[in-house]
Amino acid sequence: MYRLGGLTKRFGDLVAVDRVDLKVAPREGVAIIGPSGAGKTTLFRILNLTLRPSAGRLWIGGREATSLHGSALRDLRRRIGSIYQQHNLVPRLRVVHNVLAGRLGAWSALRAMASLVRPAEVDVAYRALEQVGIPEKLWARTDELSGGQQQRVAIARVLVQNPDIILADEPVSSVDPSLANTIVRLLRDLAAAGGKTLLMNLHTVDLALAYFPRVIGFREGRIHFDRTPAEVSEEMLAQLYAGESAAPPEELFHDRHRFLSGACRPLQA
Amino acid sequence: MIATASSRALAAPSRPERRLFPYLLAGCLAVTFVLSWRAAQVRPLLLLQAEGRRNILKFLAGASPPALSSDFLQFLIRPFFETVWISVLGTAIAVAIGLPLGLLAASNIAWTGILHATDAGAPVRRAAKIVPYAAVRLVLSVFRSIPEYVWAFMFVRAVGLGPVPGILAIGVSYGGMLGKVYSEILEGVSEQPLEALQATGAGRLQIVLYGFLPQVLPQFVSYTLYRWECAIRASAILGFVGAGGLGQQLEVAMRMFQFNEVTTLVGILFVLVAGVDWLSAAMRRRIV
Repeated sequence: MYRLGGLTKRFGDLVAVDRVDLKVAPREGVAIIGPSGAGKTTLFRILNLTLRPSAGRLWIGGREATSLHGSALRDLRRRIGSIYQQHNLVPRLRVVHNVLAGRLGAWSALRAMASLVRPAEVDVAYRALEQVGIPEKLWARTDELSGGQQQRVAIARVLVQNPDIILADEPVSSVDPSLANTIVRLLRDLAAAGGKTLLMNLHTVDLALAYFPRVIGFREGRIHFDRTPAEVSEEMLAQLYAGESAAPPEELFHDRHRFLSGACRPLQA
Repeated sequence: MIATASSRALAAPSRPERRLFPYLLAGCLAVTFVLSWRAAQVRPLLLLQAEGRRNILKFLAGASPPALSSDFLQFLIRPFFETVWISVLGTAIAVAIGLPLGLLAASNIAWTGILHATDAGAPVRRAAKIVPYAAVRLVLSVFRSIPEYVWAFMFVRAVGLGPVPGILAIGVSYGGMLGKVYSEILEGVSEQPLEALQATGAGRLQIVLYGFLPQVLPQFVSYTLYRWECAIRASAILGFVGAGGLGQQLEVAMRMFQFNEVTTLVGILFVLVAGVDWLSAAMRRRIV
């Protein structure tokens, strides 16, 4: 589905993504882990065609994507669904409109305008919300929902968009651990059921190892390892996150621990 | 940030050096104020001298009681509604001009930010977006740099006396102001929803409809209503150059030294402005 050749992104002197080569097959599920600042989000934004790489090639579904613009670019974007860490919905709109925003790539501007007054394809939005478990929120205002519910709305939007590829950038870093588990599983199952390719940036190593058949370690803009979960050793993880202690340490190392013992862990103050 | 984790030492950051700029700016402002005071020959004490006091008292004595004869009030019905129409239609034209131009003049819609990130390394495409943007901003500046009564003066020459030149004058000059303020409000929206909408394959107009407008609607409504309030006041000034409404009656009354009629007219204007203020507060409560 994806083929990257020497993909590079520079912001001034900073090299965020450094000559990355990668192949992802259709219907594959890939987790990308690594320290914060490794360039995972930049890679995600190149893969969903928000940013253009500074150098290198990118093929999506066999199509060269680095030189596209205009309607060809929009058509290819429509085939990629994106889920973000947070704040990706329009807070003042009703849930139904945020879900139906997934149809914007297929709708004309006139139809999009009419739907703001009288929502079109309400049943489509309702079915998507049913799949993510919050059908009763169809007419709620989005900013009245909790963080986890908003993330479900974002997933429903991707379902309505019905892309070939789902990209998720740290989709669970702002929700609590047990909900994180549920949302990652939901995404994996929906992608599998729909025959979609799934790439997910994750902060929590355990989620990556538990739910993905392929795990990529990303560090300093480069692929550090690309293995099955069984092959990923403690040593490789330690190397991947080496030097991260400048960042708040509990975020990185306790996460792993906390997740495993999450079920019987007493509530912390 | 890459590979700087270890070099990010634990030493406390040193205090930033003192900036000279704020002091320079304050100094310049103070000097400007003093020079302006001198140049404009401001003498507030003049108001308190015997001559000034006498004139003020004469004006106040003449201004009360307000003229409330039923003849005069009946006569004012027409100018009253004329003022309301001038302000409503003028503001409507201003929105019709300001909204599209404001959208075109918002840099994050026209050529900067996440919606144009793929233009990196494509200077020609970027330049092709900057040209119309700059042209619209220029038009908006021209519209609002000419005061509304100068516009009214020109429109009176063009279409004759009456409310129409007043409407056009408010429409054009306020269209320039609304366009500029709309564009600045649009430039302040949060970028993340825009990025997400763009990633679904939505076109520019659809991103404006679903990403920009919901975010800016309360501020748009609030500022537009404030401009309507200003338009009522402005219509009084415009009356002085013959653009109809209560303003024209105000001008006539002042020229005839009918200060009690002036009081009535000012009172009516006050009620109008207060009414609009109340209405806009009610609308803001509903929409925010």
